Amino acid sequence: MDKNKNNKERMLVKGNEAIAIGALDAGVECYFAYPITPQSDIPEYLSRELVKVGGKFLQAESEIASINMVLGAGACGKRAMTSSSSPGISLKQEGISYMAASEIPGVIVNITRGGPGLGGIQPSQGDYFQATRGGGHGDYRTMVLAPSTCQECYDLTIAAFDLAFKYRNPVLILGDAILGQMKEPITRWKERTINPNEGNEWKLTGKKGRKQRILKSLYLGDGEMEAHNLKLWKKYKSMEQDIKWEEFLVDDAEVVAVAFGSIGRIAKSSARKLREKGYKVGVFRPITLFPFPYKPLRKLAMAGKRFITIENNTGQMVEDVKLALCGITDTEFFANMPGKVSTPEDFIEPIKKMF
Amino acid sequence: MSEVLEKQVFSLPKSLKDVPTHFCPGCHHGIIHRLVAQTIDDLKLQDISICVGSVGCSVFIYDYIDVDTLEAPHGRAPAVATGIKRARPENFVFAYQGDGDLAAIGLSEIIHCANRGERVSIVFVNNTVYGMTGGQMAPTTLVGQKTTTTPYGRSSSNEGYPLKMAEMLASLEGTAFSARVAVNNIKNIIKTKKALKKAFMAQIEDVGFGFVEVLSACPTNWHLTPLEAIERIEKEMIKYFPLGIYKDKLGDKK
Repeated sequence: MDKNKNNKERMLVKGNEAIAIGALDAGVECYFAYPITPQSDIPEYLSRELVKVGGKFLQAESEIASINMVLGAGACGKRAMTSSSSPGISLKQEGISYMAASEIPGVIVNITRGGPGLGGIQPSQGDYFQATRGGGHGDYRTMVLAPSTCQECYDLTIAAFDLAFKYRNPVLILGDAILGQMKEPITRWKERTINPNEGNEWKLTGKKGRKQRILKSLYLGDGEMEAHNLKLWKKYKSMEQDIKWEEFLVDDAEVVAVAFGSIGRIAKSSARKLREKGYKVGVFRPITLFPFPYKPLRKLAMAGKRFITIENNTGQMVEDVKLALCGITDTEFFANMPGKVSTPEDFIEPIKKMF
Repeated sequence: MSEVLEKQVFSLPKSLKDVPTHFCPGCHHGIIHRLVAQTIDDLKLQDISICVGSVGCSVFIYDYIDVDTLEAPHGRAPAVATGIKRARPENFVFAYQGDGDLAAIGLSEIIHCANRGERVSIVFVNNTVYGMTGGQMAPTTLVGQKTTTTPYGRSSSNEGYPLKMAEMLASLEGTAFSARVAVNNIKNIIKTKKALKKAFMAQIEDVGFGFVEVLSACPTNWHLTPLEAIERIEKEMIKYFPLGIYKDKLGDKK
């Protein structure tokens, strides 16, 4: 670790560690999780570091218990977090649904691995549908942030906590095995701060001096569930004000590759290589996967670009891309099977075919 | 002319809401709610309590007990309570769970919560049946007992044996207090109150995990009258689920 002239720490860390460091600096107070590859660096790092700053670390007996501990700590207005990988995230879905329903903030990290089933520990983007469509039972959404660099792992983890409390909703960070395990330098720009007044209007503290507070998701009364769903739906719509995306060399591009996360950054390398050969290629990289940046992508369609969607799965985000394009034009799709580690060369031929 | 001075000896606990009950006639939830509320009052815990509700008939605890409450997913109350207690150790944290919730789908959560010695208190209502869903077999359903999913009676060869939670949890190091009580008569109600106080004190005095199993009637799903249901507790349930204190580290301490 060394400090540059702005007194900001530069560190060489894994993506997983960058997430853990981001959580520390974001003021995470409680972290509960269960070991699973390829994300175990996060609990290992926080088991060492969180207790040093007065936070609570607990390795839970199961994925299910850990998300429910987050539910409990989040209900107390604490910045709480859990992390896991694909099969573990499946187990957490019940708790995430309850958090969304009871409007309890929390950050959930999914460093995805290949599936289905036990799958393997190689990279995959196979959990896109699960992440962006709620994931558990009921008509809810979680905000989804997809970093593509270790710096973004750090930055977006900090953003995730702020967004979770802004919307009183779980926020999911969707990384993958490539991102979790690779090392890059990051700038640690934020100092850990904790706002003890966060959630003062709703959090459970004991009823001293006020009326009883109930955080729940059971609505049996006539019209209650309908009203609750309407309220949640309006909230999910309002999240559109926080959409994030990156446009890379799109201004003069004839073909735009749409890709997220680690595939997004690999696609950028492909675009650079293709430009050396005279092909005008750009990359559109959604950073919030929910809400999806439909409008910015539609704008590019209206400007006459052609599109190819590239994913490390058999075609999930491509459905959102099609929704964004709204029939103005279509998108080609290039699939890397879950388990394959892609290189920039892998995308060159499929993009070239577009010319 | 003599003046009769009346002294009120029985009133609504401060922590119990003055609302009509929605529970079935003869259901024991109401008695247990009252005892929990009285204990909260006696120990002056209302202002600092955070309750965890569970899934089943027990879920409506927040409609009756006037403390901050969070609703847990089915079986997860001990994990949720753990999260709350770790986040706010200054609060008094208790969960109120039924037998399906605690001893079937939530068995892992309760065992690990107790084993960690979480400073939380759990009130476990055992009526040997899934009440809210209409009377199916519970993990505590007695052998031979007919339910909607054991129409010929629970068979030990097919469904195994009813779980004895108070004994099981007493065997764990983290458990400071574990008892089984009943609310079928005045004597047992008084014992229940004492057990609740001990389980709560285990948390307050930072000794460990506190657990009270309360044998409780469900006349509706037992297809008995309220009085017959009370008789069943004495004649059938207590025989298999003996009442008593199975662990008391508070006693050791004093």
